[in-house]
Amino acid sequence: MTRADRAGRLPVILTIILSLMLMVMPLPDWAMPFRPDWVALTLIYWAMMLPRTWSVGTAWLIGIILDVAQGTILGQHALALCFIVFITVRFHLLMRVFPMQQLTATVFAILALYQFVLFWINGVAGVDAPLVNYWGPVISGTLFWPFVSLLLSGVRLRVQHGR
Amino acid sequence: MVASRTDSSNPARIPALGVRLIVLLFASMILMVLDHRQNHLGAVRQAIGAAVYPLQVIVDAPFRLWEWVRDGTADRNQLQLELSRLQAERLLTNARLQRMTALEAENARLRDLLEARAQVRDEVRVAEIMAVDANPYRHNIVIDIGENEGAYDGQAIVDVTGVIGQIIETGLMTSQAMLISDPSHSLPVEVNRNGFRTIANGTGEFGRLVLPFVTNNADIRPGDLLVTSGLGGAFPAGYPVAVVETVNRIPQEPFADVTATPAAALDQVREVMLIWSSPKLRDKTPGDEERVDEEPNDD
Repeated sequence: MTRADRAGRLPVILTIILSLMLMVMPLPDWAMPFRPDWVALTLIYWAMMLPRTWSVGTAWLIGIILDVAQGTILGQHALALCFIVFITVRFHLLMRVFPMQQLTATVFAILALYQFVLFWINGVAGVDAPLVNYWGPVISGTLFWPFVSLLLSGVRLRVQHGR
Repeated sequence: MVASRTDSSNPARIPALGVRLIVLLFASMILMVLDHRQNHLGAVRQAIGAAVYPLQVIVDAPFRLWEWVRDGTADRNQLQLELSRLQAERLLTNARLQRMTALEAENARLRDLLEARAQVRDEVRVAEIMAVDANPYRHNIVIDIGENEGAYDGQAIVDVTGVIGQIIETGLMTSQAMLISDPSHSLPVEVNRNGFRTIANGTGEFGRLVLPFVTNNADIRPGDLLVTSGLGGAFPAGYPVAVVETVNRIPQEPFADVTATPAAALDQVREVMLIWSSPKLRDKTPGDEERVDEEPNDD
């Protein structure tokens, strides 16, 4: 591992911490079901661009932290994030060359899968929640994806070329 | 597109990705089973919770700051209005308190006569609800008192108007609490007017509780105050919970359809009180104990 590599990690970690903070940020009651999955979006981006450094292991750890922060079943978000990050890493070369519309559609599918895994685990554990809590984040996450990816690519380019 | 330097060497191959995925999926499944079925992971949650605490504080800080600024810059008129309101309120409460002392003495005397155990007062401490959102699937709140100040699992939380909920998970500096409006929360209550005991369940709406086990011939009517009965052990007895809103008796059904409105505005509170009830309170007179048939479901 080179020194440049290590220097490049800090901004990524900061974006992940920021996304975690956005996940616990209070929202008005009507907006709560539509909170985008900031953590999932951030991890999808980094798994797509830097799959060697940020892959399933990171996703699992962040998922555990998210589970504790939100008080969900320990391992629920870890499993779901692991799963979607695996898919992203598997297809990262394809996703990198997608035009934005197509990439956004792919992210929509990935987010839907993510929510489905969460829904399924909740079903097994007997946690009953209104369905809007599942499709709300998928829609808002898809809408926010172009901005998130733009912002994160700014961070990435600065890290890679700004030195 | 620009690939990163490390990734550009041989980007298609990420070593042992599938193996890592399977190991991690198994790990999370084991964690979930341990957490959900056995609740073994309190210590793990606490350790990670300590790492999450700074994040919660940072998120909460702007809201605290805003409140502080607002309080600091409130104008004179407003403060005077507030002051006179509080003074009026204090007079009223003091007047009520005078009666309360007399009633408490009378109660103690009567209890002596009945040779029942003396009721111990509850210890109360004020906690603030942190401006962080918890579980998206539940009605949970995060409060700023944790194990360091003696909070414990199942501890009752009230505000000035009534019961709010109970602690379901204690961290070092913060705790998560479940509101009584959560669909998986049940609370043993009794009708204040006649002592009729039943269970109040949450519905997932802040303004509505349901009482699913009220028989059609039970003496309950709209406007009745429901207070905690103290059965089940989690909540101390006698705190107001809700006011009965509708009673719909359906002749062909075994139970009536009863809804109630929580006494506390569950979605508006900012300050809550934690109650440390003495364990003596929990074992009531023997007659009561035989009729305990359901415990609050706090999972």
